[in-house]
Amino acid sequence: MGAAERALWSLSGLVVLALAWAGGHAAYGPFVLPRPDETVATAFDLVGSGAAGAAVLATAGQALLGWAIGLGIGLALAFPAGFLAPLGLAARPVATLLVAMPPVAWIVLALIWFGPGGGADAFTVAVTVAPMLFGAALQGLASRDPALDEMAAQFRAPPLVRLTDVIAPQLLSHLAPAAGAALGFSWKVCVMAEVMASGAGIGGQLAIARAHLDLPATFAWLLILVALALLSDTLLLWPLRRRTAAAR
Amino acid sequence: MSLTFAGVSLAFGAEPVLSGIDLTVAAGEFVVLLGPSGCGKTTMLRLASGALKPGRGTVTSGFARAAVVYQTPRLLGWMDALDNAAFGMKSLGVRRAERRERARAILMRLGLAEADLAKRPSRLSGGMAQRVAFARALAVEPDFILMDEPFAALEAGLRRRLQDLVRAETERSGVAALFVTHDVAEATRLASRIVVLSARPGRIVADFANAPAREAAEAFEAAAALLRRSDVAAAINAAGGEEF
Repeated sequence: MGAAERALWSLSGLVVLALAWAGGHAAYGPFVLPRPDETVATAFDLVGSGAAGAAVLATAGQALLGWAIGLGIGLALAFPAGFLAPLGLAARPVATLLVAMPPVAWIVLALIWFGPGGGADAFTVAVTVAPMLFGAALQGLASRDPALDEMAAQFRAPPLVRLTDVIAPQLLSHLAPAAGAALGFSWKVCVMAEVMASGAGIGGQLAIARAHLDLPATFAWLLILVALALLSDTLLLWPLRRRTAAAR
Repeated sequence: MSLTFAGVSLAFGAEPVLSGIDLTVAAGEFVVLLGPSGCGKTTMLRLASGALKPGRGTVTSGFARAAVVYQTPRLLGWMDALDNAAFGMKSLGVRRAERRERARAILMRLGLAEADLAKRPSRLSGGMAQRVAFARALAVEPDFILMDEPFAALEAGLRRRLQDLVRAETERSGVAALFVTHDVAEATRLASRIVVLSARPGRIVADFANAPAREAAEAFEAAAALLRRSDVAAAINAAGGEEF
């Protein structure tokens, strides 16, 4: 399948979604689903007038900071757990337990501990994605090819060369999809925390729009959020995916 | 400089793999370890490389730098052929420009084309990949090279070409070699000395000098003569009639 055909098929999914949305609007009226074109226009107005800037910056800052901290914690814990078997065995059930914790529970705890605006959003994101990324990194380390480790040892490769040339590329093939899923999760959890705290970001604007029963604005903020999630995924993870695809 | 096995025995769990191995590989020798499948040849090679420790006895190496060529190339899938061939040099701290230049020269000498150098392993044929692995070993300028049936998966014609290449390169550099195979004709084609192992648990049943055969017919004649030796025939019989 050529690139143009692939792009057409990808676009077709979005067209079907837009048609379903328009159908829903026609069937249930503007109090359930606003008109797609009206929503898009509202979103452009919010962005174009600069009204969205502060909210976007606040949410992006907290979501990306939390994701980066979660990634750092996940990786920092995965390496000792991956190379020291007892530590790995001890850490796995803890990670499973933390993955099972609902993010909303962390949000409540974070609001109690830090208060609204005290970094509760980034904390919630970090604590939610860290165990996911830890598990993926641990899996990547565990499933690396021992024959390549033996080869590197035979050539007396120093630890840094083993890390960059042998271990990291194998780790990335497991970590890249998990990092993508975690990034998507980061935006959702961050906005959820902002809604609950009536914070300054997109979540806070959603809470205001809900209070005013302003459906076009609610959907417009959601459109902006989805666009941000797609943009961050493209900018942060596309180079990683390209690298892992090339390795395959 | 030499590699010495002194009274080496090894068991994996309760199963003995090698028994009472005494062997010395001297500088410049091309020793081929020949034996039936599962007799412990690869285990001996891993002992020689330091990847395994003996259960009993000692393995001591006076060689300064050993390199291994494995049965599968063990190339890094995310690097091109040139960087794969340069990997050993990178481990030694050779600067990027210099190691790539040296790797390029060796790869070209081993028969790769300029266009092949930028290919990743998934785009190389089996023979090409094994040449890259051989280049990676040669590039660190070893004084001892260990090869574990490196051509077992290749078709006969390509195998002969690569055998000639290995022989030429080892003669050129004077490097000592320990080569594992269960192919008798391959042994007679490459070895300056052939060491025959019995079936598991492997022990040395024959150890003799060999003049490397230069042509295929000569290699097969030498192989036939080798199989008719009483000590080799006895080893084959002990292995339940399984030929090498």
